[in-house]
Amino acid sequence: MPLIKQGRIAADPFQSVADGVALPGEGPILIGLARWQEERGLIEPRNTAIGVRLKPAEAVGQLAGDLDRLALVALEFPKFNDGRAFSQARLLRQRYGYKGEIRATGRVLRDQLLFMHRSGFDAFEVGDDITPEILAAEIETFSVVYQPAADGKLTASALRHPLPASQLTAGERDVPQVSCKCAH
Amino acid sequence: MYAYDSYDRTLVMERVEQFREQVTRRLAGQIGEDEFKPLRLMNGLYLQLHAYMLRIAIPYGTLNTAQLRKLAHIARRYDRGYGHFTTRQNIQFNWIKLSDAPDILADLADVEMHAIQTSGNCIRNVTADHFAGVAADEIEDPRIWCEIIRQWSTFHPEFSFLPRKFKIAVTGAPHDRAAVKVHDIGLRMHRNAAGDIGFEVIVGGGQGRTPIVGVTIRDFLPKEHLLSYLEAILRVYNLLGRRDNLYKSRIKILVAAVGTSKFAEMVEAEWAELKDGELTLPATEVARIEAAFAPPSYEPADPFPPDVIAKRAQSKDFARWMRSNVAAHRQPGYAIVTLSLKPAGGTPGDATAGQMEAIADLADAHSLGEVRVSHIQNLVLPHVKRSDLPQLWEALRALDLATPNIGLVGDIIACPGLDYCSLANARSIPLAQQLSARFADPERQQRIGELAIKISGCINACGHHHVGHIGILGVDKKGEEFYQVTLGGSADENASLGDIVGPAFAADRVVDAVEQVVETYLGIRQESERFIDTYRRVGTTPFKEKLYAAH
Repeated sequence: MPLIKQGRIAADPFQSVADGVALPGEGPILIGLARWQEERGLIEPRNTAIGVRLKPAEAVGQLAGDLDRLALVALEFPKFNDGRAFSQARLLRQRYGYKGEIRATGRVLRDQLLFMHRSGFDAFEVGDDITPEILAAEIETFSVVYQPAADGKLTASALRHPLPASQLTAGERDVPQVSCKCAH
Repeated sequence: MYAYDSYDRTLVMERVEQFREQVTRRLAGQIGEDEFKPLRLMNGLYLQLHAYMLRIAIPYGTLNTAQLRKLAHIARRYDRGYGHFTTRQNIQFNWIKLSDAPDILADLADVEMHAIQTSGNCIRNVTADHFAGVAADEIEDPRIWCEIIRQWSTFHPEFSFLPRKFKIAVTGAPHDRAAVKVHDIGLRMHRNAAGDIGFEVIVGGGQGRTPIVGVTIRDFLPKEHLLSYLEAILRVYNLLGRRDNLYKSRIKILVAAVGTSKFAEMVEAEWAELKDGELTLPATEVARIEAAFAPPSYEPADPFPPDVIAKRAQSKDFARWMRSNVAAHRQPGYAIVTLSLKPAGGTPGDATAGQMEAIADLADAHSLGEVRVSHIQNLVLPHVKRSDLPQLWEALRALDLATPNIGLVGDIIACPGLDYCSLANARSIPLAQQLSARFADPERQQRIGELAIKISGCINACGHHHVGHIGILGVDKKGEEFYQVTLGGSADENASLGDIVGPAFAADRVVDAVEQVVETYLGIRQESERFIDTYRRVGTTPFKEKLYAAH
């Protein structure tokens, strides 16, 4: 399946290894949570990039202490209407400050790409119907957002009531401010 | 009322374009029905028995007259000349062509309306007390908070594919007209000991096949924390709610499974992480939305206009209408007028395009241009000068909108039932019509007093039968329509679920059965005791004895 990563078709350096199958001798690997927890002592010395697959029912908190060791967390959409991975991705990014790759796998529907992007996914295992151009267009479907999420996009409320520059962090100051459109 | 600013307008316009593109892909065969279904559902478009049904949100039940005229236009141009106001303060059009849907959404966007999240497993249109802002007993206008929730929940990236649909209702008054205890989340505004206003947070209420009265997980939530608290509840539910069984996936099942205190603990733990973060409402934004719901400028008005007193004495019909359809307004000299969409023998909640336009004219003339939709499927003119009442009554009578039955036996809630709905087991509308015809005599209705009959055509309970004083549920028995009767349900601050009175009745017996229940009540009530109070005093036995005596 094509992988779109940070907006471009990308080769996937990770070998996804099913539970119970022997690990390859070298190269980046993607393994299940249980294996990571059980065989960590064997896996870490490989000194290659490590990714962990998290099932929708597996709590993100179980990886909280390990995230600096993981280059990839792959979250799964077993069917389009199973939205648990949206919460998992936001928790990874916003609660645990994870900076590595969060990959959407399973049933990745074109019309959900925006929500995935906003929740913190930056890589998508997609079918042939989704190209980087389509992804880019989907992400831009709405220019306005109402709720803060993992993409850091300023909400309508924040744009309506810009904070004085003195209260902003350096990063926020770079964001173009829109003047307050309300009566205040 | 709230008016869109450029952000709100842009978002709704972009949604129209998105859906237009999705419909184009569907009509061109680029996507199949399976893939299209979740997309159209997110826009309130259902495939019914005969055609597409489009459900349009009327957030917190508030409409201006331009919006109501636009709904009339849609009814006339794209449907069969009428619309159906629902139990969730939405309006449905039952005869829509898929290819018209994007144009309808564009028409709606012109008047700041949409069909966003009126279906699908997401946070649905937020409902409120239909007397919000005008009720004499109100603490604070709940629509301020409904609008805040509407914005937060719109295209929420994390909560658009929940285990199941999610309904939130808010009331700002002690008397609950919004049925908050039978919602996934019910918010009841009240004052704490310090005199501050906040929310009691009730979760896990609902109807459907497992009716449950919601439980309180927090007595007092300061207002500024509303969104972070809601986000905590929704996150716990999104991660832990069941997804293996459609019928066990509502939040009420999760709350019941883990227990109220454990569920509250999980929410509080999640909230501890979110509290005081970026979801804390900026005071300036709250003030902006509060200003939009500031009371209109009322004129000085006579609380006891001589014309009204004279008319009351002279016309029994007017006096009856005043008693049942006119409610106390917080502003002296003003009244709240409910327009009955339940004429004897009519379809509850239906309004024709002509009626909608005439109501818009009357609202401009007599109600400061504002109309409300109640979850009991009636319309409300919220700001009527008492001195206008005789004239308004005459006008409403001519439109068949002055049936004096609000809160009475003729004020029946019914789901669309087997006449429209592909889920139904039995017809609801014809039964509502027969019942309202049987009890058509307004004198008799007022003698019976407060009585809520609610009819659902199947176990999904869209007609709220569980919380009807008399509830009627359509069931299928070997291909025949039967109706199960429940007694003692209530959707207000003393919410309760009805008890099944006995075996179901055949379609040709159920109207008689309801009449027998009513006559039994009249025989045993003490003085002016309401039906629900009599029932709570005596239980099912006297009713059962009468109903099944011959069997």
